[in-house]
Amino acid sequence: MAVTAPPRPNDSPAPPSRGLGTGPRPPGILTDHIFRWVALASGLLVLAILALIAYTTIDNAWPWFRHEGLGIFADNWDPAKGEFGAGAMIYGTFLVGVIALVISVPVSIGIALFVNEIAHENLRKPIIYVVDLLAAIPSVVYGLWALAVLTKPLADIYQSISDATSGIPIIGDLTANPSKSGLGYMTAGIIVAIMITPIITSLTREVFATTPPSLKEAAYGMGATRWEMIRGSVFPHSRGGLVSAVMIGLGRAIGETIAVALLIGSSQHISENIFGPGDTLAAIIANQFGEAVGIQRAALIGMGVVLLVLTVGVGILARGIVSRYDRRSGAVA
Amino acid sequence: MTAVASHLTPLPKSRARKVKNFVATAVIGLAFVVALVPLVFLVVYVVQQGSKVISWEFLTEDLPFVDRLPGGGMNPAVVGTLLITGAASLMAIPLGVLGGIYLNEYGGRSPLARFIRFLSEVMTGVPSIVMGLFIYTLVVLNTKEKTGFAGALALACLMLPIVIRTTDQMLALVPSELREGSFALGSRKVRTIRTVVLPSAAAGIVSGALLAVARAAGETAPLLFTIGIVREANTDLFAGQNTALSVQIFTNATSPFSVQQDRAWGAALTLIVIVFVTTIAARLVTAFFARRQTA
Repeated sequence: MAVTAPPRPNDSPAPPSRGLGTGPRPPGILTDHIFRWVALASGLLVLAILALIAYTTIDNAWPWFRHEGLGIFADNWDPAKGEFGAGAMIYGTFLVGVIALVISVPVSIGIALFVNEIAHENLRKPIIYVVDLLAAIPSVVYGLWALAVLTKPLADIYQSISDATSGIPIIGDLTANPSKSGLGYMTAGIIVAIMITPIITSLTREVFATTPPSLKEAAYGMGATRWEMIRGSVFPHSRGGLVSAVMIGLGRAIGETIAVALLIGSSQHISENIFGPGDTLAAIIANQFGEAVGIQRAALIGMGVVLLVLTVGVGILARGIVSRYDRRSGAVA
Repeated sequence: MTAVASHLTPLPKSRARKVKNFVATAVIGLAFVVALVPLVFLVVYVVQQGSKVISWEFLTEDLPFVDRLPGGGMNPAVVGTLLITGAASLMAIPLGVLGGIYLNEYGGRSPLARFIRFLSEVMTGVPSIVMGLFIYTLVVLNTKEKTGFAGALALACLMLPIVIRTTDQMLALVPSELREGSFALGSRKVRTIRTVVLPSAAAGIVSGALLAVARAAGETAPLLFTIGIVREANTDLFAGQNTALSVQIFTNATSPFSVQQDRAWGAALTLIVIVFVTTIAARLVTAFFARRQTA
């Protein structure tokens, strides 16, 4: 990951000396040139694909932008009436992302600290492998499993939390009317949290690992307990990297599609009710694209564009935080 | 580092500090357990449900004529997943390795290389559903046909930046003395890369590529609108529609009919086996090469 790219040993690779053999052109020079250009072309492919993604999706979504104008951000998705505002989906995307982060970030920081500071050296690799297996499980299998196993017990839990908090000003509103099926923002958020934990864990681990041993030893030398050392040395050193790890996690969370499509409950209205059903940009594309025609199809492709802008924006922001932090501390290469 | 000092001024209640340290350690350890619980429960449940369904017939028979009828198997989806992922790997891995070679061996710290590095980072973050929409608008709308190859293109777009970045990072770990030694013996750049640089970084590149394959094999979103549906195995990627395990799980997951749910669990177990075997293979490659290098 970008957070700690390893130092590049060959910043100025020694070019093969050309001047020594002054005879006829040595063989292989053509191969060298051809290979160089082929390699460059493969690298530029990334640029070409990204440009094509932007062009073809915006081109196909254009009827939607023209039809709705700024109405694309309105909370009025109703294909039957010809209304295609994506407000509810944008809201749902962020709500699911925030729920996922609130659950996942503390757990990920905990695992990262456990691996880096507490676990025995021989246990580190197995623990990392196990956490990475969470990332290997396909999104659709998470969705299938959560549908079969989690939704019923979660519906009961939501109901009892809702009963317990009814009447409390703000919290009571957030938990009113939980969905009977157990489908909704919270269920989707919980599953997305599991799915983004491996990436946030591995990024945080890299950030924590950059804490100079001297800082840690200084803390221990002053008589700090392990926790005080973590709070006093590891956390202050890692703040910038942590923020960017969280941003990258948010980027993954808002792009998460299939599990959310199965668990979100598909209700296209903004609702402050975190236990109720909703919809997200990615989920509505997966669920409705098959049957959509005309403006609705353009609108769904347009929501893909919005999703692309959001994820790329969050990614660039995360990178900006890292590089600003790098310049200041000079700690991460 | 004034913050450090303020935390570390000697506190009188050393017992309170010890308790605090113990609680913090316990909470940190608990975080790992919290992550472990869903993994174990999910895998056990999928194996339980899937093993009831999986049989030789399940893996080798066609899909039933109508989804809610009993009987039939998942053969078209197994074939589809293997073929589509395989084709995607054949496109993305060579191109990705070449791109990574450009970044580290030719580009280095040049502005163009940094720009491409930045773009591949951005591309890693592009959601898989957007890749599906992209191939739909670029390929399916133009050829007017959904094919396995369209799905493979979408998966390849997902894999490409992962392979480029892994290759770039792994090549950066190869000591420059090795390259210089090769140059000093008179090898040209291509020969140096082929015989010295790539073999030194092979383990990391292979393992990174396998992880990308595992991720692609489990993807649903890029295939939803690009490959269509088929009930008998279609081994021709370029003609006719296709299907895949992930897509079958998605369409059967919400069905009220128990035969369809069973089929979803069988497909889920098959898919998890494919993905885990690939992931573990990636780890074994790394471990094997690491041991050989130290020996």
